[in-house]
Amino acid sequence: MSNATDPIGRRLPDSIASYWEQDLIKIFSTLAAVYALYLFVGVLLGYDLFGQLNSLRRLTFLIVVYGIAALVVNLHWGYSGLFNIGVVGFMAIGVYTATILSRPVAGQNPTGSLPGFGVPLPLAVVAGVLTAAAAGYVAALPSLRLRNDYFAIVTLAFAEILRITFKSSELQEVRLFGWTFGTGGGRGIRTFSNPVQTFFETSGQPIVATIEDIGLNGKIVPDWSFVLVLLTILIGTFWLISRLSASPFGRVLKGIRDDEEATQSLAKNTSSFKIRAFVIGCAILGLLGIVWQGASSGYVTPDRFVPELTFFIWIAVIIGGAGSNTGTIVGTILFVGLILEGPGQVRRVVEEFVGLSGSVPTFPDALSALVSGNIDPVMLYFFDQTSALRIIMTGLVLIWLLKRRPQGLFGDRQEVASSIDLEDRVNKRRERGSGAQTSGGDRN
Amino acid sequence: MSRQSKAEDNAHGASEQTDTVLSVEQLQKSFQGVTALDGVSFEVETETITGLIGPNGAGKSTTFNVISGAIEPDAGQVNFNDEDVTGLSPVQTSSRGLVRTFQIAREFKNMTVLENMMLPPKNQRGEAAWRSVLPGMRDNVQADEEELFERAWEMLEFFDIDHLALEDAGTLSGGQRKLLELARALMIDPDVLLLDEPFAGVNPSLERELLNRLEDLRDRGRTFLLVEHDMDLIMQHCERIIVMHQGQTLVTGSPEEVRSEEQVIEAYLGGEVT
Repeated sequence: MSNATDPIGRRLPDSIASYWEQDLIKIFSTLAAVYALYLFVGVLLGYDLFGQLNSLRRLTFLIVVYGIAALVVNLHWGYSGLFNIGVVGFMAIGVYTATILSRPVAGQNPTGSLPGFGVPLPLAVVAGVLTAAAAGYVAALPSLRLRNDYFAIVTLAFAEILRITFKSSELQEVRLFGWTFGTGGGRGIRTFSNPVQTFFETSGQPIVATIEDIGLNGKIVPDWSFVLVLLTILIGTFWLISRLSASPFGRVLKGIRDDEEATQSLAKNTSSFKIRAFVIGCAILGLLGIVWQGASSGYVTPDRFVPELTFFIWIAVIIGGAGSNTGTIVGTILFVGLILEGPGQVRRVVEEFVGLSGSVPTFPDALSALVSGNIDPVMLYFFDQTSALRIIMTGLVLIWLLKRRPQGLFGDRQEVASSIDLEDRVNKRRERGSGAQTSGGDRN
Repeated sequence: MSRQSKAEDNAHGASEQTDTVLSVEQLQKSFQGVTALDGVSFEVETETITGLIGPNGAGKSTTFNVISGAIEPDAGQVNFNDEDVTGLSPVQTSSRGLVRTFQIAREFKNMTVLENMMLPPKNQRGEAAWRSVLPGMRDNVQADEEELFERAWEMLEFFDIDHLALEDAGTLSGGQRKLLELARALMIDPDVLLLDEPFAGVNPSLERELLNRLEDLRDRGRTFLLVEHDMDLIMQHCERIIVMHQGQTLVTGSPEEVRSEEQVIEAYLGGEVT
């Protein structure tokens, strides 16, 4: 019998369940299932190869960026018990710092765009990450004395204050000591050109040429390459957080999560551990802000950093199960694939086959049409509300999870916090112990 | 068995040792007008098992909380190893080797027994985040962990709970949790252990075993101050006894001395002493 504790593992036949035990298999099979679903939708919609690749690229992009943020939430909440719901605030700090620093200085910038300090991009990125980390330190310092729920309020307020600050018209364009710079206010700010895009745009790139030779749109090369760069960051984050959690450092974090007072009475300065864990996570969020909000679209506005985004990231962690990196990634794949992007896909299929047309009615119009036997306006109305559908599905999934599996899919997994394999050491000791007994018996 | 005979020696000849490792002087503490401690003074001699007894509300747990730094006294002083530790935080007192356990065992429920054991030791290089991550540094951390595992394993064997090493601490029985908490506290290598009702909820045979362990550890140089309600147990196993009542120290002395004050105790404890 398989000893899997997660709901999927328990339902699998034994021969497959033993493979399921492996984390990579869990991640890749979930990903493959969601990919298959999207490919199927693509076939229904009659996508060509480029269309399919582009649809998967968009899906992968979202999974990767949400995955990085979800891993940080897992580090904060799952491993350290820090209730951070100001995730977007630290992303905003990272991207705004990097952008303002890297904008060309006044006079050298293309007309109409906001000037900055002209710092080279790599330096600006480092500065953005460090500023996000520093912001994390500032936010954590006074609030770590607070209980979890109050810490949550502080981080949420911190993120909102930042968003409103970046939006304020006073900071739209500032002149200070001869420098002109600003946040762009509510209109946002042009960030920087994506180095990956720039690299492939220089003419005569052999890969782009080859792709175009076989009749595909060359645009998929830089687009997919950028996703691969992000994927590298995701893998790095996964590796970093796994190492951190499986170490004496992570062990103390786990202790704090279980019982902070008991940890203190065992001579551990818990504040120091909490601050360090928090700051590391905030630095990663700063980098994520730069590569996600900054590099992907070339433009950033404060409205990208609404609390809703934080909550979506949290839901990905809750589905997978806090306290497990693998669970977090699987949860993210399911969340992005089904809840975040799912309604849009369904809508496209319905539109394709039902052939909905006409303007979107108001809800009362749709209802009265339904009474008179015409279902189309209701469908039209329903599928126009993709963002509302997301929220509804999120609510349903949360209710289902709370009732059936409050710890998430992989939340009750045991991830032992040590830099060595303790299970292996224990088994060796036991073998040695029983071996010694037998040999002792022989001598007698 | 030389160890056992030494234990016997100690049990009967403890009054010869007079080194004070922990002392409290005139502790005062009141909570919103209610006086919890009203001049508590006593000394704990090194390498003894000292009992702290008294009826409910006598101020035993408050005294523990003040000594460990969980609460600050209104007045008075706590000295540990010739240092004034009054008002230091639990982190600071435990770092100095003055470690407590709790009345209700507070094991880390979602961690394995072995993880519980490997958390406390001080100066772990792997507690620096970057050392646990960087490949070159991590080798040292792993070497430390191997050593730490061996120590934890020996301690688990000593307390006879090594068979539970890989279990979640939350699944242990009440008695096993008490053992684990004591074993875990010992991993810091403390000079003095404050044990708040270490035998509550422990079955009698395990209690005897635990007491043997304590005596064994005392003979290896540790000092125990324990709060306990079972008078027979205190009388049999403690070299020194401190009796508290209504926030004050009533009597301090050897079991014989305290027993001779039986009239007083009986009056205060309502005839609990037999």
